[in-house]
Amino acid sequence: MLLRHTPKEITERKALTVNPAKTCQPIGAMYASLGIHGCLPHSHGSQGCYAYHRSTLTRHYKEPVMAATSSFTEGASVFGGQANLLQALNNIFTIYEPDVVAVHTTCLSETIGDDIPQIFGKARADGKIPEGKFVLHANTPSYVGTHVTGFANMTKAMVDYFAKPAEHKENRINIIPGWVEPSDMKEIKRIAGELGVKFIMFPDTENVLNGPQTGKFAMYPKGGVTIDELVSAGSSRGTIALGRLTSGPAAHALDTKCKVPCEILDLPIGIKATDRFVDSLRKMGGVNVPDSINIERGQLVDIITDMQAYFYHKKVGLVGDPDQLEALTEFLVSIDMLPIHIVTGTKDKKFEKRIKSLTEGLPCKVNVKSGGDMMLFHQWIKNEPVDLLIGNTYVKYISRDEDIPFIRFGFPILDRIGHSYFPTVGYQGGMRFLEKILDALMDRQDRDSSEIEFELVM
Amino acid sequence: MTNMPILKEREKQIYQKGAQAFDMTCEKKSLAGSVSQRACVFCGSRVVLYPIADALHLIHGPIGCASYTWDIRGALSSGPQLHRMSFSTDLKEKDIIFGGEKKLYGSRVQLIDKYHPNAAFVYATCIVGLIGDDVDSICKRVSDEKGIPVLPVHSEGFKGTKKDGYKAACDAMAHIVGTGSIEGIGELSLNIMGEFNIAGEAWIIQDYYEKMGLEVVSVFTGDGRVDKIKRSHGAKLNVVQCSGSMMHLAEIMKEKYGIPYIRVSYFGIEDMSKALYDVAEHFSDHPEVMEKTQNIVRKEIQAINPVLKQYKKVLSGKKAAIYVGGAFKAFSMIKALRSLGMEVVLAGSQTGNKDDYKLLREMCNDGTVILDDANPLELSKYCIEKGADLFIGGVKERPMAYKMGIGFCDHNHERKLSLAGYSGMLNFAKEVYSSVKSPVWKFAPEKKLS
Repeated sequence: MLLRHTPKEITERKALTVNPAKTCQPIGAMYASLGIHGCLPHSHGSQGCYAYHRSTLTRHYKEPVMAATSSFTEGASVFGGQANLLQALNNIFTIYEPDVVAVHTTCLSETIGDDIPQIFGKARADGKIPEGKFVLHANTPSYVGTHVTGFANMTKAMVDYFAKPAEHKENRINIIPGWVEPSDMKEIKRIAGELGVKFIMFPDTENVLNGPQTGKFAMYPKGGVTIDELVSAGSSRGTIALGRLTSGPAAHALDTKCKVPCEILDLPIGIKATDRFVDSLRKMGGVNVPDSINIERGQLVDIITDMQAYFYHKKVGLVGDPDQLEALTEFLVSIDMLPIHIVTGTKDKKFEKRIKSLTEGLPCKVNVKSGGDMMLFHQWIKNEPVDLLIGNTYVKYISRDEDIPFIRFGFPILDRIGHSYFPTVGYQGGMRFLEKILDALMDRQDRDSSEIEFELVM
Repeated sequence: MTNMPILKEREKQIYQKGAQAFDMTCEKKSLAGSVSQRACVFCGSRVVLYPIADALHLIHGPIGCASYTWDIRGALSSGPQLHRMSFSTDLKEKDIIFGGEKKLYGSRVQLIDKYHPNAAFVYATCIVGLIGDDVDSICKRVSDEKGIPVLPVHSEGFKGTKKDGYKAACDAMAHIVGTGSIEGIGELSLNIMGEFNIAGEAWIIQDYYEKMGLEVVSVFTGDGRVDKIKRSHGAKLNVVQCSGSMMHLAEIMKEKYGIPYIRVSYFGIEDMSKALYDVAEHFSDHPEVMEKTQNIVRKEIQAINPVLKQYKKVLSGKKAAIYVGGAFKAFSMIKALRSLGMEVVLAGSQTGNKDDYKLLREMCNDGTVILDDANPLELSKYCIEKGADLFIGGVKERPMAYKMGIGFCDHNHERKLSLAGYSGMLNFAKEVYSSVKSPVWKFAPEKKLS
């Protein structure tokens, strides 16, 4: 067994994380930056950071992931990274010709105390940022928060740097999709389009990290929100922010800076959360819900009712990021499944409260932990086994050791494809999720049943 | 796009054979702002030490460094799997301000009590170098208390390149070498160095040596064990593979224990055979070793040659681009590709030195582009210009090649089949063939520069 070293007995660990269920801020900032059109993310730190982020994102998306680095040396770590960043900006705009450079910091540059806006000011004064090109930055110290925080910070930076307040509001809304897959962003846009709502989405990684095979390597794929759109976000009549943690800060910033009111919703995973999203679109956009969407909803309900016997009281263990897990827990409870072990690596007070309220009526004890790790998750499972595991690729160790069916969901997924092309949000995404759940459970039933019990029709 | 600008400072890191005088610059820090494919000091240390399977690897720093290196390298272990778990002190803001020493001590003790490893490595990451935690003295204290080697690895990311990380790893291991009993180790013995058992390669190599009548005392570090490293100074020869990841330790062992070393490559028939013969040559006082070696080489080559010939027929004239970490690997690869009838049109490395590039130049045909610390634009430009049919590289290069509609072979962490040894050469040929001749490239639009 790969994780044979995981003891069943749970002891308190204060100074130690074993098998993390999180990673550091900068990679979230890098992913968000890739959702700006023509943007080169830039890591202000040593070379390893961005090499790791690029490798991880490359493994997750099977796409080229471009970014630059300040390549810190010992000198920079003593005298500050200003010279490095100035040289970097100059080189980047000369050679790689992006429209935008999105700088995120690292533990190194944060501890040194580099002042990025001041360095940008100097770069501009020195003519190192050409006319018509843009820069933005987010502070993403690796020792604060997690990858989720980094995504939220860079998304908020898009507002801080570009959104322009306007007296007159346009008949258009902003949608901040949160840290979801390019496929999910596409699906959210499709739903808004079906309703006939005009919108600006940021960040938007569709066609950046799920692009087609073109016979050429492009540093800047077609997708991404443009700077013009980010500027206009300040004149939208409202904002729908999906994901309390990943989108909330940007939405609040828009409200404060540009007086664009916002609604903060769960990620539209599952029927109830999607209902709320569609309803918000309807109200904020002043439109009616078309039949096409109603039909999709009906189909999702149809699957749920057809197969309810298979969902009934199946125990599930979930590990992932707070925004995803809150929506997913609600979805699973709504179809009569029992999410009983829920771990996120991101520390967040509201998370545990929310999960507890969502699982309040369940006929069993529910373990929930924010700021936990995969080892704790595994220990809970050893003590109270489940029928299904849902989480990122690293859950495959637990799945194998404990022989429990497993669905890949979240970040990173290093060993399967699909997540960048097929959504899990919206009614259609819900159908795909249910298909995955049923495939996993029914394959297991087929595998485990005796020849006598083996059923053709299920 | 053919006129893609090249950074002035990088001009001397790009060379086209025949087109200009050879004056290549290398071993430079990457320019700030370049989209280099390189990594950091920590990365170098981590990959070298990671395969030691019964040691505990604790990463002292914020969580990222541990998360990104959690079991991403397919270094196989025949026994313990402790190295595949991820341990981190997960430093938070408070620790950065007040220091992480207490946390380091606490986690260290707790881990050793729980997992009973045979040694423990503590990797100091960027931030630890800045906040000035005294990792050395904590390691010593825990080592004294627990009675196992607890070794600091000074791998602060910004303190150099990946190569400096190799050195830090070697320095850490040097503390273990020489602490075990060498009783029973005979004259015909060696250590395998710079072989990480990706896809089981160390096992293949070890098997050859054993068939030659040689005892393998320790493998550094593939399928590695602390006890074997402890007694490795009893071996009579160090056989070092790879571009210098273990050269530093070989030097230390030469100086301290008088163990000579030779450098080898296990990739491709030519270099594989040369490696075995060189080792046999070293033990020429025992002629039976050479005799056995000749038999092994003959048998192995006979077994794979007919199949390789088939591959050569279809691969002849195809063009390959190579971009690897250390240049040493590129040499073997050029020979191996040639033995398949293929031509290398681009050869580059992340960390080659002047001698490496000189040798590369000598090996390559006119027109071959040689790159040091290349970026994606340069790689794609020359791949298309030179009409490459195959790209050999690592994780970050794979999707680039596929986007351009070019075949790909991973010769890095993500290789799934062993590529070392004779059977490895067969695997390599098979992999190159299946990718280059795949019908799927017909779906790709015509290759373009931009």
